[in-house]
Amino acid sequence: MRNAFFDTLVEIAAHDPRIVLMTADLGFGFVDRFATRFPERFVNVGIAEQNLAGVAAGMALGGKVVFTYSIGNFPTLRCLEQIRNDICYHRASVKVVACGGGLAYGSLGTSHHATEDLAIMRALPGVVVEAPGDAREAAAAVKALVAADGPAYLRLGRDERFVHRSSPSYEIGRAIEVRAGRDLTLISTGGMLTTVVEVADRLRSEGLAARVLSMHTVKPLDADAVLAAARETQAIFTIEEHSLVGGLGSAVAEVLAESATRVPFRRFGLPDAYVSVAGSQEFLLARYGLSVDAILASVTAGVGVPQFR
Amino acid sequence: MTAPTLARQIRAHVLRMTNRAGSSHVGSCLSVADLLAVLYAGWLRVDPSRPVDPERDRFILSKGHACAALYAVLAERGFFPVERLETFYADGSRLIGHVSHTAAPGIEASTGSLGHGLAIGCGMAMTAAVDRRSSRTVVLMSDGECGEGSIWEAALLAAHQRLDRLVAIVDANRLQGLGEVNDVLRIEPLADKWRAFGWSVRDIDGHDCDEIRAALEAMPFETGRPSCLIARTVKGKGVSFMEDQLSWHYRAPTDDDLVVALREIEAVS
Repeated sequence: MRNAFFDTLVEIAAHDPRIVLMTADLGFGFVDRFATRFPERFVNVGIAEQNLAGVAAGMALGGKVVFTYSIGNFPTLRCLEQIRNDICYHRASVKVVACGGGLAYGSLGTSHHATEDLAIMRALPGVVVEAPGDAREAAAAVKALVAADGPAYLRLGRDERFVHRSSPSYEIGRAIEVRAGRDLTLISTGGMLTTVVEVADRLRSEGLAARVLSMHTVKPLDADAVLAAARETQAIFTIEEHSLVGGLGSAVAEVLAESATRVPFRRFGLPDAYVSVAGSQEFLLARYGLSVDAILASVTAGVGVPQFR
Repeated sequence: MTAPTLARQIRAHVLRMTNRAGSSHVGSCLSVADLLAVLYAGWLRVDPSRPVDPERDRFILSKGHACAALYAVLAERGFFPVERLETFYADGSRLIGHVSHTAAPGIEASTGSLGHGLAIGCGMAMTAAVDRRSSRTVVLMSDGECGEGSIWEAALLAAHQRLDRLVAIVDANRLQGLGEVNDVLRIEPLADKWRAFGWSVRDIDGHDCDEIRAALEAMPFETGRPSCLIARTVKGKGVSFMEDQLSWHYRAPTDDDLVVALREIEAVS
């Protein structure tokens, strides 16, 4: 998604002089394409994330639309109070971008795993939280975030996979229906979309039509899409590369619990624990039941039991 | 209004406000009164009739707990009615107990958690530089606040970016929450630290309006460098029983205290 992000930002910056890109010394091989074209609007603040967020707020209050770029938890948790007080409280147009959401940095370890970011960012008033499902959604997200005033968080995966064949119709706060279906609903956020679509396609070969929603906006959540799924399909599953505490699954559960609907519901995500083994993203996802096979087995078993019918 | 007169007004307002509210930080407000007075008596290019003019100067009170002094000077300069100062701290009032941009026009940034203001000010100065504007940015912080690492991240960047339209003022009143700054966490030699971070520094008497004014007029002290004023101040300045007393970081003046304090403030010519 990084290529999509940087290429789109360069494209927008060419005709929008408000765009500023700031980094805390990360983005090797990527930031150059912006920095060489717009040197006055590129700032590397050095390894100083608190400053990254605070300075970005100041620039945005002067009229700029600032993208702060870093990886993992560095642009969020490391400077959370600056994001809360300096960016969000002022409704400054700062778009905080983290590359490597979830377990994307696999073997680099816990320090580099962004697995609570959605929950934490979602808790801040007034912030839009985006986790696009593929590179085409990521490109669309950048455009949508520039068009929307105010603060936002954009979680990017490291991979460059495509689920959509062409640029999808993308609106902040509106889930994208990637597969139509009436038997059950799979709600995905972020880079899990590739896996979830594969699960849906395999379910179809077993005779189950799964609706797949790419819930690229975790906040404000598309409650209408969730409630429609509750009415129109037999079960809802959420899938996220994020802790089960506070992320997509929690947000969907909040909507369901406060509605009059009764629908079987289950969350797939990471346990409330730290990863303390080395492993590729693929290995770690499988270890925590987020592989195609593991999700497929759980969904099939779940749909097969009486309370799911 | 001359700066000394404005400073007296700020002090009187602050004493009444903290007395009425029963609120803390009167000492911190009194130590910055002369600095704020000089800034707002004519040096800052701000206009209450055009509070968001892009060419305006920006002022950030990073030590946001001294908000009563900022609210007072803004009211005196016509950004909002002086009578509204009576609502400071009151239930439902917009005059919140730490600086909030929602409180009144003319407030550039909300603060209260220490160590945030200089980074925001850097960003404002950088936007002004990119946009080729003449705006100047002033950030007022405290010596105790310099314990925050984020101050030094911003100090590095401001020098690296050669932000010579940025001024940091350190209200060096030598006292912080639990004691003397240098006993809690040694910060001196303060001027040397700022110099080492690439700033051009002047050490001044933070209660001498002429000296403050002269220093501000001289900025940038060096072309291509941000300017730092170490303002040597006295916490609680102007009220004999509050001066240099740690307890007045937290205590609110009683009605009796207020009578004596106002008498002392008025006696200053």
